Amino acid sequence: MLAPSNLSSGCDQAFDQRNLDWYIDKAVQVVVFMGGISAIIFIVGIFLFITKEGMGFLIDTLDLQEFFGSPYWEPSDEDAPEYGILALMAGTASVTGLAMLIAIPFSLGTAIYIAEFATGKTREWLKILVELLAAIPSVVWGFIGLTIMNPLIIELFDVPVGLTVLNAGIILGLMAAPIMTSIAEDALKAVPDRYREAAEAMGATRWQVVFKTVLPAAKNGLLGAILLGVGRGFGETMAVLMATGHAVNIPGSVFDSVRALTATIAAELGETAVGSDHYQVLFTIGIFLFLITFLINLTADLIVRGIRKS
Amino acid sequence: MKSKLLIAAIIATSTLITLNAEARTLIQNKGSDTLVNVAQAWAEKYRDANPEVAVAVSGGGSGTGIAAMINGTVDIANASRKMKKKELKSAKKQGQNPVEHVVGYDALAVYLHSDNPAKSLTIAQLADIYGRKGKAKKWTDLGLNVPGCKGQKIIVVSRQNNSGTYVYFKKAVLGKKGKYRMGTLDMHGSKDVVDLVENTPCAIGYSGLAYATDHVKLACISSNGAACVSPSVATASDGSYPVARPLFMYTNGEPKGAIKGYLDWINSDIGQCIILNKGYAPIKKVSCK
Repeated sequence: MLAPSNLSSGCDQAFDQRNLDWYIDKAVQVVVFMGGISAIIFIVGIFLFITKEGMGFLIDTLDLQEFFGSPYWEPSDEDAPEYGILALMAGTASVTGLAMLIAIPFSLGTAIYIAEFATGKTREWLKILVELLAAIPSVVWGFIGLTIMNPLIIELFDVPVGLTVLNAGIILGLMAAPIMTSIAEDALKAVPDRYREAAEAMGATRWQVVFKTVLPAAKNGLLGAILLGVGRGFGETMAVLMATGHAVNIPGSVFDSVRALTATIAAELGETAVGSDHYQVLFTIGIFLFLITFLINLTADLIVRGIRKS
Repeated sequence: MKSKLLIAAIIATSTLITLNAEARTLIQNKGSDTLVNVAQAWAEKYRDANPEVAVAVSGGGSGTGIAAMINGTVDIANASRKMKKKELKSAKKQGQNPVEHVVGYDALAVYLHSDNPAKSLTIAQLADIYGRKGKAKKWTDLGLNVPGCKGQKIIVVSRQNNSGTYVYFKKAVLGKKGKYRMGTLDMHGSKDVVDLVENTPCAIGYSGLAYATDHVKLACISSNGAACVSPSVATASDGSYPVARPLFMYTNGEPKGAIKGYLDWINSDIGQCIILNKGYAPIKKVSCK
């Protein structure tokens, strides 16, 4: 015969048994937790790595005024290396800017059509195709720029070379558009149907519903979509490397060749001795790029989250 | 049945791989794009003669090869320029001791579109085109009129800044303190330069003579008012062509064993005939079939 107290403690022991199941349970918990925070670990790890490689140079050797103010990029010169990224920034900015001019009308138009007008099969097909467009590897886009756009631009605009801001801008615009479309469509979907119903009840036409009611209500989400597109443009490397002509240059028109910050890292990092000044200055550019894309994505995310809450 | 076959296949392949690894000495060889074609030809011919030694060749530019030598990941680094003082210093710091071997000479040709009427260019004119202080922005500035070139703008084609060709051309044409001008199209390989010039009437570019095709024109180069000299294997060997340079292979320390055998073979008549056939000048007089 057992006393009640004994019984309860025996039960506790049974629950507290550390058998195989208990260990599996714990292990799964840990794995899931690690999975959950892995993104944070990776982003911190990457940031620490880039900073470790580039920070020493940033503090000791680099003249920030030269870095941001000089257009001359000649880091491999033995006697007097020059580390100015002004022209590289101008290259990245001009290509991204043109890409946005192309991508914004395209992606917003597609998003409005998919979200507000298309129905049934058309809509499903369009969504699938847009996602397919987003899945094309960037090197394929670069190849299109190099082999199709280059002669086309030479032919159409009567210019000496086709590897220019225009070429890279179009390619990058087409690359950024699908992602922007998906996010913009989400933002339009997030506008409650009662807004549309109310507008229609007031006698608004379909266009008036879209332009006067849905777009203003989805404004923040659309802005977020555009910002994410800008972030994509800043970070894109391969297509830009192949389509810009890779010339350190401050562009005067869209028919000038330029070079992007990302493309510079991609083209030069593999060929520098680990730890050399050239190697470190490329990582300093990396820090700079990381900060910019981080800020852009953070802003976009905050804006998008802002509308979800309200 | 299927799985048994698969296992047998896996065992067979892995034994083959291990057998191969035991039987062969592997020499890692990396660097200069100028030298990569020759290095590959050497490696292939050497394998036929000495099956126990395998040479793995890859390009990427002199900077890549030298960086790999400093980092200790290659046995032989190919370079179309000398190692810089800084590079030697960092190699010593990493415990490497690069030793230089000249394996041939290369004439650096100036490429023009086949429609370009220019017959000869002086070093001063090249400096005007390529240099930061240069004044030639249009072909008309040089007194030329290039048919098919819109606006006569000179499209200046250069190389990425780790290329040995880039460094050598800068020194030879722009002087020790010279700098390239902004807005040059920096191609990522010797062949890319020639390809672009071939398709662009306005363009001028430089690359090793070995990359010449029938569809481009090679400029005759004159320096210091002397008569112009066309780039060729002969003018590169006798030193009359003004933009010719030695080609190097670097080893870590004096070469020993398989690496020494390979380098000796490269400097032999057989090796030097291969480099001659590829369009470079050999280091000595050789008679080839």
